[in-house]
Amino acid sequence: MTTYKEPTARGYYGQFGGAFIPEMLYPNVEELRDNYLNILADPEFQREYQMLLRDFVGRPTPLFEAKRLSKKYNTRIFLKREDLCHTGAHKVNNTVGQILLAQRLGKTRIIAETGAGQHGVATATVCALMGMECIVYMGSVDMERQRPNVERMRLLGAEVRPATSGSQTLKDATNEAIRDWISNPVDTHYIIGSVVGPHPYPDLVARLQAIISEEMRKQLLEKTGSELPQYVVACVGGGSNAAGAFYHFLDEPSVKLVAVEAAGHGITSGHSAATSVLGKPGIIHGSRTLLMQDEDGQITEPYSLSAGLDYPGIGPLHAYLAAEGRAQFISIEDEQALRAVAECSRLEGIIPALETAHALAALGQLGAGPDDVVVINLSGRGDKDLETYMKYADSIQ
Amino acid sequence: MNRIQQAFEKKGKKLNIYFTAGYPALDSTVPMLKSLATAGADLIEIGMPFSDPLADGPVIQQSSTVALQNGMNMRVLFTQLKDIRQEIPETPILLMGYLNPVMQFGVENFCREAAAAGVDGVILPDLPLDDYVDEYQEIFRRYNLKPVFLITPQTAEARIRRIDELTDSFLYLVSGPGTTGGANTQAAGVQEAYFQRIEAMQLRNPRLIGFGIADKASFQQACQYAEGAIIGSALIKALDGADDAPAAAARFVSSVLN
Repeated sequence: MTTYKEPTARGYYGQFGGAFIPEMLYPNVEELRDNYLNILADPEFQREYQMLLRDFVGRPTPLFEAKRLSKKYNTRIFLKREDLCHTGAHKVNNTVGQILLAQRLGKTRIIAETGAGQHGVATATVCALMGMECIVYMGSVDMERQRPNVERMRLLGAEVRPATSGSQTLKDATNEAIRDWISNPVDTHYIIGSVVGPHPYPDLVARLQAIISEEMRKQLLEKTGSELPQYVVACVGGGSNAAGAFYHFLDEPSVKLVAVEAAGHGITSGHSAATSVLGKPGIIHGSRTLLMQDEDGQITEPYSLSAGLDYPGIGPLHAYLAAEGRAQFISIEDEQALRAVAECSRLEGIIPALETAHALAALGQLGAGPDDVVVINLSGRGDKDLETYMKYADSIQ
Repeated sequence: MNRIQQAFEKKGKKLNIYFTAGYPALDSTVPMLKSLATAGADLIEIGMPFSDPLADGPVIQQSSTVALQNGMNMRVLFTQLKDIRQEIPETPILLMGYLNPVMQFGVENFCREAAAAGVDGVILPDLPLDDYVDEYQEIFRRYNLKPVFLITPQTAEARIRRIDELTDSFLYLVSGPGTTGGANTQAAGVQEAYFQRIEAMQLRNPRLIGFGIADKASFQQACQYAEGAIIGSALIKALDGADDAPAAAARFVSSVLN
C-alpha cells in the first residue's frame, strides 16, 4: 500500500523534499536527522512529551459538534478545538516536542521564525518553561500587524529580532533564522514552526502535530461510531496544522483531505499566496517543493491579509499530496475569510484566527451531504487578529 | 589541465575576488571583470544574484537586490559573457549562486551556456554533495565545468576527504561560523587550529579561505594557512559611492596585493 506519511531516507515525498542546505548547516541538520526518530521513540521522551501535552498544553483538545454551522451547510460539522491549546493555537504541540528534543541534543540556545506570531509565542513559552535562551525572528511588517504577539514574546523573556530584508514577512524571517543558525552551529537548535525546511524538519514537525488527528480518530469513534470522517479540512500556509490534521488519515483513501490556501485579493490579482495554483517546483529554505517564483527562479512575494498564510512555498508533503491528487486544494480570498470569521463567531460563539477562517470559508465548496461528517481543524483563536477585524469591520458585517 | 589548475601552478598566493553580476549597474559585469583581471585578481567569481541568498550577509544581499532590480538574470549574464575569453584569456572565471535559478534555467542549459562563455567552475552552496553526485556530476563533466564545494570548521574529516575526491579545482574553506562578510568572532587560536588541521590532511586540491577576508592584513593572515583567499563583501563595499566602479574595484585589488 502507498504510504503518504513517510518520506524516503533522504527526506523525499515523491519528487519533493530533500535537504538543499549550505555546508555550514550540514552538521546541524545531520545531527538532527540521525537522532530525531530515536529520540521521539524514547519512552522517557514520550512520557515527558505526553505529560506536557496534557498538563501544560491542555490536551486532548475537544472535538466540538458545531450544530448551527451544520444546519447552515446541511452537513455534520465538527470543530477540532486547537484554539483551546495553551497560547491559542496548534503551534505549541510542535514547540513542546522540539524543546525536549533540543535538550536531548545538548542545545542551550533556541531560535525560531514567526509569521503571525503564534509560533514565536509558542516557542517563547516553552523556552520560558525550560529556562532556555530564545531569539525569534519576525518580519518587520508582521511585527506591526501582529503587535500583541510581539509583546507576548517579550513578556515571556524572548528577544524578537526584526527581519528587514525582502517583503519583511515570514519568508524573510525564516531566511534570518537560517543565517543565525549558520552563525551559531554548535549550541543552537532551530525550532522551525511548520512542515517546511530541510529534511528532517517536515517529517519531525508532522509527527509532532500528528497528535491532532490521533485524537480526532478516537473522538470521532465516540461521537459518530466511526473513526473516519468523510472530510478533513485545514488551512495551509507552510502546512503544519494541516499536516497534523491529515496525518492519521493520509493512508485512509475514503477520507477526503481538503487543504485551504490563501488567495489574498484573488488568484490572478498578483496579490495571492495560493502556492498550489501559482507555484512550480523549486527550492526554498532547503526543501524542493512547490514555490511561487518568477521565470528566472527568483522567489516572489506572496500576499495574504493573514500573516500566517503568506508563505511562497508549502511543505513538501503537501506538494506531494497536491501532485498525487490525494488532497484537494481550495483557495479563499481575504474577504471570504473575513466573512467566515463573523459567521463562526456568531453561529458558534468561537472567534477564529484569520488563518483558520480560510478553512471555515471553504465549507460551502466541499459538496458535503447531510450524512457526511466534516472535521475542520480550528487551528487558532482570533484574539491576535482583533485589530485587523476592527479595521475591516465593514467586510465582516 | 583546466584554467583553475593552471592558475594554481603559478607561484605565489592567489587572490580570488567575488563580485555580483549586474552591480552596481546592469552593464557593469564585463568592465568589472576586465578591471579585476588587469589589477591582478588570480581568480574571479561572478555572483549570480538570487532573491533569497541564505549563505550571504547584508552586503551581498543588498548588491543582489540591486542587481535584480537592474534586470540581471541568467540570459542577460550569458549574453554579457559571450566574448569574455577574447578579453580575458587566462584568468579562471567561476559562477557562484544558488540552485533554484539554475534549476529554472535548466541545469543542462546552464552548463552548456557557461561552458560556451568560457566559464571554468561553479559554486552552488545549497547544492548538496549527494544530489550533485546523483544528478549533476555527469552533466558538469560533459561540459568540463568544475564544481567547488565548501568546507567549514564543523565538516567531518571523512566528508572533507570525499569533497576532496570529487574536486578538481580548489577547496573553499569557510573561515568560521557565519554568513559572508561577517567579522571573525572566534577565540584566538580556534581558527588557526582549524586551518592547521585541514593543512595536515594533505589534501589533493589547493585551498582558498573565504568569508570575513576584507583587506591586506586578513588576506595575508589567511595565506599563511592556504594557497590564497577569497574576498567578496569588502570589494562590494569598496564600490559604494564610486563614480567609476571598475576603477574602484582595481584600487581595492591593488590595496590588498601591494
